[in-house]
Amino acid sequence: MNTFNVNSPFLYGVTAVVIVYVLAQSLFFLIRAAKRAGELGISSSVVKKTILSSALFSIAPAAAILLGVITLSKFLGLPLPWLRLSVLGALTYELPAAEATAIAMNVDTTMTLVDAKAFASIAWVMTLGIIPGIFLVLFGLKKIQSGIVSIKSKDAKWGELFLSGLFLGMISAFMGMLFSDVRLGVPGFIPIVVALISAVIMAICGLLIKKCNIAWLEQYALPLSMLGAMAASIPVTALMG
Amino acid sequence: MKNRDYMDSVHFYGRIWVATGILLMLLTPVAICVYYNAWPQLQHVFKGLLGVAPIFWTVGIIEVFTYAPMLGTGGTYLGFITGNVTSLKVPAALNAMSAADVKASSEQGEVISTIAIASSSIVTTIVIALGVLMLGYLQPLLESPVLAPAFDNILPSLFGGLGVVYISKNWKIAITPLVFMIVLFLLVPSLASSVGILVPVGALVAIGAARILYKKGKV
Repeated sequence: MNTFNVNSPFLYGVTAVVIVYVLAQSLFFLIRAAKRAGELGISSSVVKKTILSSALFSIAPAAAILLGVITLSKFLGLPLPWLRLSVLGALTYELPAAEATAIAMNVDTTMTLVDAKAFASIAWVMTLGIIPGIFLVLFGLKKIQSGIVSIKSKDAKWGELFLSGLFLGMISAFMGMLFSDVRLGVPGFIPIVVALISAVIMAICGLLIKKCNIAWLEQYALPLSMLGAMAASIPVTALMG
Repeated sequence: MKNRDYMDSVHFYGRIWVATGILLMLLTPVAICVYYNAWPQLQHVFKGLLGVAPIFWTVGIIEVFTYAPMLGTGGTYLGFITGNVTSLKVPAALNAMSAADVKASSEQGEVISTIAIASSSIVTTIVIALGVLMLGYLQPLLESPVLAPAFDNILPSLFGGLGVVYISKNWKIAITPLVFMIVLFLLVPSLASSVGILVPVGALVAIGAARILYKKGKV
């Protein structure tokens, strides 16, 4: 029997296979969509700006995911959290999944896992606990999308309003969440102040784009406002925390 | 290539990639069990699943219905496999479509959304991989107390900027769900941990408000 270690080369090998798969899938879709963009008359500069802007925007959240990998690695080693947070996962799910299974087995989550069976149980729960959504994508996406097409074809204006409603529902839920800590007093207002700073930077970018014709800024406004607000949150927390 | 042909091919290849992804995901714990000859007790897996599945299976299914129309077909096949949909893929897609001035319901929107999600996935995967390889150097920086507030405030930083764009464009529709959610979170702060479940609730409120305004000819 192979000796178990949460950081074994075997586990790194398994992770590498999955990481290569994720990169290959992303590249496949990127190349096909970029090609189709050309056929639809979308200029290559718009495609390039979209790629650059999305890449820039993703760096800070990716660093936060890396923090999640570090958090879980103290218990599960590096390869499994790395794999789980690169495919389908999110820390909000992976952490409770690992903890729920560890509790079921009376395993201490503050120590590095040494039992292969416990590790395998956690790997199974992390996988099975999040998989139904992706089965729905596999078997139901065509139907869901045809439902949207049917709403649009019956009434184009209402179809657009329906989609705007979906966007605004998501944004409202997250904006509302910022108010959940206000009962804590001044520190509870920190997320609201940070969101306001982000909104102000975005509004300034909007003004610069419209009034000063700085068109290139359009693609970078969200990464700029996000990183600016994250940086500002450091002195804001020092003042209000 | 006709629109129909392109969309059919996205479904065709999307399903192949998703099916392969599911297979790889399921094979990972199988490989661990086989390699270490360590098969878990079913009761442990069942108990662990009982702690997370009721919530995450529900959220996972609701997320597909909520986010698929925003991400488009290619974006959904890709975004749901690569994960971090709410904090990365949806904002990346919305931002890219808004900046390129294309509608989510159009084929141009479909293509721009897919490009944004694919770029985001590639960069995220590379950043995490580089981060793991250089962990010795990065860990003290990422875990430093000075930077902690910045990482604690990623969502406010993201939704502040994204919110101002979409709310200013559709403020008449936005008022009702926004007030509803703020009041809800003020009354029940503990709901912050289940914000994923509240996204479709917000969407229903917003769609209801949009319908009423549309019928009255105000939007």
